[in-house]
Amino acid sequence: MSTATAPREDRTAPATRRRPPPRPARVVLHVFLAAVAVGWLFPILWAVLTSLRSYEYTATNGYVSLGGWTLDNYVTAWRTAEFGKHFLNSVYITVPAVLLTLFLASCVAFVIARFSWRTNVVLLGLFTAANLLPQQALLIPLFRLFTQVPLPAFMSDSELLYDSYWGLILVNVAFQCGFCVFVLSNYMKALPRDLYEAAMVDGASVWRQYWQVTMPLCRPALAALATLEVTWIYNEFFWATVLMRTGDKFPVTSSLNNLRGEFFTDNNLVSAGSVLVAIPTLVIFFLLQRQFVRGLTLGASKG
Amino acid sequence: MSDLPLIQADRAVPPPAAVTPTGGRRRRVRLLSRTDRVVVALMVAVPLLLVVGLVWLPAGATVLLSGTDWDGIGPVGDIEWVGGRNYADVVRNYPPFVPAVQNNLLWLAALFVVATPFGMFLAVLLDKELRGSRFYQTALYLPVVLSLALIGFVWQLLYSRDQGLVNAVLGTDVDWYGDPDVNIWAVLVAAGWRHVGYIMLLYLAGLKGVDPSLREAAAVDGASEGRTFFQVIFPVLRPINIIVLVVTVIESLRAFDLVWVINKGRNGLELLSALVTQNVVGEASRIGFGSALATVMLVVSLVFITVYLATVLREGRR
Repeated sequence: MSTATAPREDRTAPATRRRPPPRPARVVLHVFLAAVAVGWLFPILWAVLTSLRSYEYTATNGYVSLGGWTLDNYVTAWRTAEFGKHFLNSVYITVPAVLLTLFLASCVAFVIARFSWRTNVVLLGLFTAANLLPQQALLIPLFRLFTQVPLPAFMSDSELLYDSYWGLILVNVAFQCGFCVFVLSNYMKALPRDLYEAAMVDGASVWRQYWQVTMPLCRPALAALATLEVTWIYNEFFWATVLMRTGDKFPVTSSLNNLRGEFFTDNNLVSAGSVLVAIPTLVIFFLLQRQFVRGLTLGASKG
Repeated sequence: MSDLPLIQADRAVPPPAAVTPTGGRRRRVRLLSRTDRVVVALMVAVPLLLVVGLVWLPAGATVLLSGTDWDGIGPVGDIEWVGGRNYADVVRNYPPFVPAVQNNLLWLAALFVVATPFGMFLAVLLDKELRGSRFYQTALYLPVVLSLALIGFVWQLLYSRDQGLVNAVLGTDVDWYGDPDVNIWAVLVAAGWRHVGYIMLLYLAGLKGVDPSLREAAAVDGASEGRTFFQVIFPVLRPINIIVLVVTVIESLRAFDLVWVINKGRNGLELLSALVTQNVVGEASRIGFGSALATVMLVVSLVFITVYLATVLREGRR
């Protein structure tokens, strides 16, 4: 049957999708989309452009001019704002937080997808909803809690959960778990059940079923989520702003706010700083674009 | 997908216990050794403890604290219950409250009425397998990878009164971030800039999943492109529509970073989230009062979260 109808479909399907000769409508469409795309890129391009020009030149000739090319803004911004230190702070927070989030979320997702307990729907709801609550609505008790929980001095020089990397890692993990549980449990539910039957016949424990059967199969989803979570936790601003006090310990995204004072009158420096902060996310975006986009839509398309 | 056993599938069809006593769920449970049960319990308990301890208990505590007059100093035993007084104070004696609600609603309206339809429109255009579609898509969702705090800085380069591009081009002298009459609009443009790309991405994913035969059937019936979209495609996208609606509401409620980097949510940029933060982190530590504000946010968001969960969990059941 398929051989009989295949050629016919081949002819009719492209007929509706065939690329027509350039019609005026098509041209208008392209012009419109190109204009929108350029408009969308413009603020970012403008920031890059501004960062590459000297303050003196733009101050005398105005920002709408060309010339005064220099890389000095990057050097100055990097030095005065101590970007190296702040990037490192971001690494200390982001890397453990992403790894922990993925590990803990995959554990819960595995149990939800693997076992059919009545409580699983409740569990899934509890995790997913936690990710959607407004952070500010939890701020007051969390702030109090963090200032009351002591940590040994070798873990945090504030000797509190407040103003420590540990506190920020924990709060980020608690918040991001929900999204990952949701995506991973959907992903795991789609894995064939036979796999587990076979694994059980072979006498595999639950842990082995999780670690050696399920996790390797979830690699695409984990990669997509990792990309997304790195971006989100790196970009996280609110918790670091309210749960940190020492300027030296701020991750780079929230340290931006402290930097503005220093750069206040010099937009060329502000733009160089902005570009520096954006670089890690832009690198991830261009290298792992497919993963990033897949991650964003994993949560939506397969609800 | 539909032939795979999902959570509810086992329950919907109970195993014929009398005929095969070892079938279905019972067998699986019995095959779990003691170690396995401990492992399963730990796999759930540790993350659950974290999420309940750092998200749900604080959320509950916020609601409780909103009925007290605690100033954050002194023992918890001294806390006095004042009932709804904080709420009354918030509404009657707190000048920034009304502007904050207005700004939050404005935020929602701007994202919902302008940015969301525009994102959807772009998704429909980009779904047409155009040449160069990838470039257009990339350009549009590039802002989504930037943090909102950073977006505040990037747009400052356009908005700055003396050094900004907008004033230079228009020949105006407006302080776009500073003037309380215009700054909320300036910020909304920046927020919308990011939101459009996100919405476009969600709809593009949704449109890719639409059964092509629907379009073909509509084309055979001679429906115009616009009619096909609104009467055939759009209704099929219902789950995506609900997700977009919820995402938009929650994003407008949670909006914070952008206004905080500009002026900590004062002087025209009041938002509920910023007011809560000001009442706790700053000099003034008005716990009960701030909690009342936070509870308002919590209740509004929970309504939409419930809608969201009902949608996505129903989808997952299919």
